[in-house]
Amino acid sequence: MLKNRIIPCLDVKNGRVVKGINFVDLQDAGDPVEQAKIYSDGGADEICFLDITASNENRDTIYDVVEKTSKKCFVPLTVGGGVRSVDDINKLLNCGADKVSINTAAVQNSEVVVESSKKFGSQCIVVAIDAKKNADKWEIFTHGGRNNTGIDAIEFAFKMESSGAGELLVTSMDRDGTQVGYDIELMSKISSKVNIPVIASGGVGNLDHLVDGIKLGNASAVLAASIFHYGKHSVREAKEYLDSKGIPVRI
Amino acid sequence: MNVTIVDYNSGNISSVINSFNEVAKNKVNIKVTSDLNKIKSSDKVVLPGQGSFKSCIDALNNINGLADTLNEFATNNKKPLLGICVGLQMFADIGYEEIETKGFGWISGKVSKIDNQNGKFKLPHIGWNEIDIKKDSKIFKGIDNKSHMYFVHSYEFIPEDKNVISATTDYSSNIVCSVEKENIFGTQFHPEKSDKIGLKIIDNFINL
Repeated sequence: MLKNRIIPCLDVKNGRVVKGINFVDLQDAGDPVEQAKIYSDGGADEICFLDITASNENRDTIYDVVEKTSKKCFVPLTVGGGVRSVDDINKLLNCGADKVSINTAAVQNSEVVVESSKKFGSQCIVVAIDAKKNADKWEIFTHGGRNNTGIDAIEFAFKMESSGAGELLVTSMDRDGTQVGYDIELMSKISSKVNIPVIASGGVGNLDHLVDGIKLGNASAVLAASIFHYGKHSVREAKEYLDSKGIPVRI
Repeated sequence: MNVTIVDYNSGNISSVINSFNEVAKNKVNIKVTSDLNKIKSSDKVVLPGQGSFKSCIDALNNINGLADTLNEFATNNKKPLLGICVGLQMFADIGYEEIETKGFGWISGKVSKIDNQNGKFKLPHIGWNEIDIKKDSKIFKGIDNKSHMYFVHSYEFIPEDKNVISATTDYSSNIVCSVEKENIFGTQFHPEKSDKIGLKIIDNFINL
């Protein structure tokens, strides 16, 4: 039986972890490689890096991080943030990323998804959808949540599946950082609209939220940042909790 | 000993290279090449494969003499070969992804799309699934039945001779996820991404 996945996400800026694990015994708390290794040793099913480097001159730092991490972590590594072109994807894959997540570029030009999934295979193309509720629908935001495109998120999800995306990483902008739980309605609407796996993101504050994301939101995988980073819960605890709720996980 | 990972532009093989280097340490020489002479002189060959069946076969055929060299390696010289993901699927006679495409025919059978039971199962089959070991394969030494492996695929290999099946996994039906026929080994899952247990499989192959 296929297991539901738990994916810790690390924000990386200028090659350093911004939000990270608050363990005192870490030699270098800002080292993404060391943190990724802790997660993978702790049973993380995948690792996700979100590159939030703002300035262009530091953008190349992520390649070095990916290269070093992929030599130490033998679970899938997804990298997103600032991915603009097929060439960017190629570079990240060559450095050892297993999947690349595309956000703004996919909204601006879906050909990037078509072309990259043909070239590298759908299995490594994740489309990240940042959506915010407006009246009775959800709208797509780009540029790290700054620009509202007015595009309907559910229609867009379907379009991305047709364009060749292998997975969708769906983040609720309303919930992100709030710790009140995923936007279950958004997750389940997208999940029932598409036939590719949906990764739920944005808003996890406790372990029950992970359960809800899977049971009610029908997500194949759940992504979380802060509940793991600040030592509130370990990946292992999360898995044991999900297991106790009857959700199939890899333990 | 020399182990060659065949680099034929079949997509992203960095993870395969990293995992083999991790396991090999300095005991085994890992080469990454499409050079025919280097492949011929290798002790073992790893055939990765990502993307579609057709794109992988096309990429192989784009390198003059590569398919013949691999044929000779696997069927005449009978040296150990490990196919991973589409690398395994290419053992078949024929694949139906995109368009009907001929495979190596080392293990009779076909590669067709997983029956997702009218959308009941999402495709690709992505994530960790348990393997059900069907026979004592040399690459499963020290691997417990029901171990978790990492999968990413939408197509499955259906061999004619069920005796070659070394493991299956349950996703809409019992999907063949590992085969062994004499010197030819294949995994549908990605040992290079399957944590320590995956590295153990790689270690077993290297130590054959």
